[in-house]
Amino acid sequence: MKRIVILGGGVAGTLTANYLVPKIRGEIRDGNVEVTLITDRPYQVYEPGFLYLIFNRLGEAELKRDIRELLDPAVNIVIDRATKIEAENNRVVTENGVYDYDYLVIATGARVVPEEIPGLKEGGHWFYNFEGAVRLREALAKFTGGKVVVSVMGVPHKCPVAPMEVSFILHDFLKRRNLRDKSEILYTYPINKIFTMDPVVEMIQPMFDERGIQYKTFFNPLEVDAKNKKIITLEGEEESYDLLIAIPPHRGAKVVEDSGLGDKGGWVPTDRYTLKVEGYENMYALGDATNLPVSKAGSVAHFQAEVVAENLAAEIEGIEPTAMFNGKAFCFIETGWEEATYIWFDYYTPPQPVMPSKFVHFVKMAYNKAYWLTARGLL
Amino acid sequence: MEDVKADRVIDARGSYCPGPLMELIKAIKEEDVGKVIEVWSSDESSAKDIPEWVKKAGHELIGVFEADGYWRIVVKKTK
Ligand SMILES: Cc1cc2nc3c(=O)[nH]c(=O)nc-3n(C[C@H](O)[C@H](O)[C@H](O)COP(=O)(O)OP(=O)(O)OC[C@H]3O[C@@H](n4cnc5c(N)ncnc54)[C@H](O)[C@@H]3O)c2cc1C
Repeated sequence: MKRIVILGGGVAGTLTANYLVPKIRGEIRDGNVEVTLITDRPYQVYEPGFLYLIFNRLGEAELKRDIRELLDPAVNIVIDRATKIEAENNRVVTENGVYDYDYLVIATGARVVPEEIPGLKEGGHWFYNFEGAVRLREALAKFTGGKVVVSVMGVPHKCPVAPMEVSFILHDFLKRRNLRDKSEILYTYPINKIFTMDPVVEMIQPMFDERGIQYKTFFNPLEVDAKNKKIITLEGEEESYDLLIAIPPHRGAKVVEDSGLGDKGGWVPTDRYTLKVEGYENMYALGDATNLPVSKAGSVAHFQAEVVAENLAAEIEGIEPTAMFNGKAFCFIETGWEEATYIWFDYYTPPQPVMPSKFVHFVKMAYNKAYWLTARGLL
Repeated sequence: MEDVKADRVIDARGSYCPGPLMELIKAIKEEDVGKVIEVWSSDESSAKDIPEWVKKAGHELIGVFEADGYWRIVVKKTK
């Protein structure tokens, strides 16, 4: 019997399982193949929803689903934390067991490490996980005006466009609450422009200017002085704030680091086309966990899952795996409370944003509800 | 100048903007004042962006040297 182990029950792991199983259902039924998904939480989180949760537009319950409800019934589900991937022995060790595999899929995502910026935990907020988002929702509800700094404290981070989106929605949120006149919004970015992709900068920067959203570039926070509410940067600058919305530094999963499989950032070195882990014929990696020069986005995980599922099914059937990932990404960009644009790009095509519209915003709002169909492999 | 001995070499070849710059930033945070850090990048924009950042952050740019298919950007941490 062949054993396929998928590690991680986020978008990447769930979709890989749900695309894979229908392709090899006969083999599973005949007992020739077993698909096991190991994940450390009994539920999945729809992280893009955090952007709406902080403004009280979506609630906690809408952003969580039981993992069992999402996965094809033919998948064995193990709720346990993996502590070690023993690549040389082809097995995964968890807190409560050991799982041998013939093929392993690493889909362990990224984690935020606010502790890497001293003072950030005490002095700042973020919306990149549940606890942070709930705390920020409270802070925003109580905010009565002042200076808000939206600061990107490390690259790469999940959803590259989210810091711009939060700045735009915040502008409208404050306007709606009659606080915009009493407030300043400052957006900061580590490199010499407000975003990594020039076509996006060309569209977004004038929109920041129109709305009076200020920005600073080459801004790399070294520490946060929580007591005096100041950010101190590596470039020798200081910036004061009343409310700090940080995008904390990110790293790959702890289990990847502890298994010696990650690079310096804890990202899994992955072939950009085949999605095989470099140096291993029986290991794939996808989603936020990889070191690929593509966005850490759910849409990327989605397109990659199609490729990994197709190649795994081919390997099981004894066919040469030929599916390739072409770097495709799709991101909505909310440019206000009720308008949005979107970009798509791949390894060969740069992004070309379209004029923001209400229509695109409503499509995104609808997608926020429809996402669970995507997770099930239906949409 | 080209043969200044670096205390740390960051091989960021094959990584794209802003990878090489972010790696340098990390190294600057970690190293002591006076250390020389050399970044290798195959992304041409690094040859422009990194010196710009070094100037803004007030460190010393020892030089930008073109090697075989990549750039060597040598920086001294001065503060
Ligand atoms: C605020 C915000 C907004 C976003 N907006 C968008 C958007 O608009 N569009 C978009 O496409 N993307 C967006 N994203 C990004 C998207 O959420 C991520 O790219 C996506 O979740 C990545 O999926 P993943 O499966 O690779 O990782 P994850 O979703 O992080 O899943 C990893 C899973 O692995 C599990 N795991 C980790 N370690 C272990 C272990 N040791 N043992 C067992 N299980 C483990 C985790 O519990 C988790 O379930 C956003 C993200 C954030 C934070």
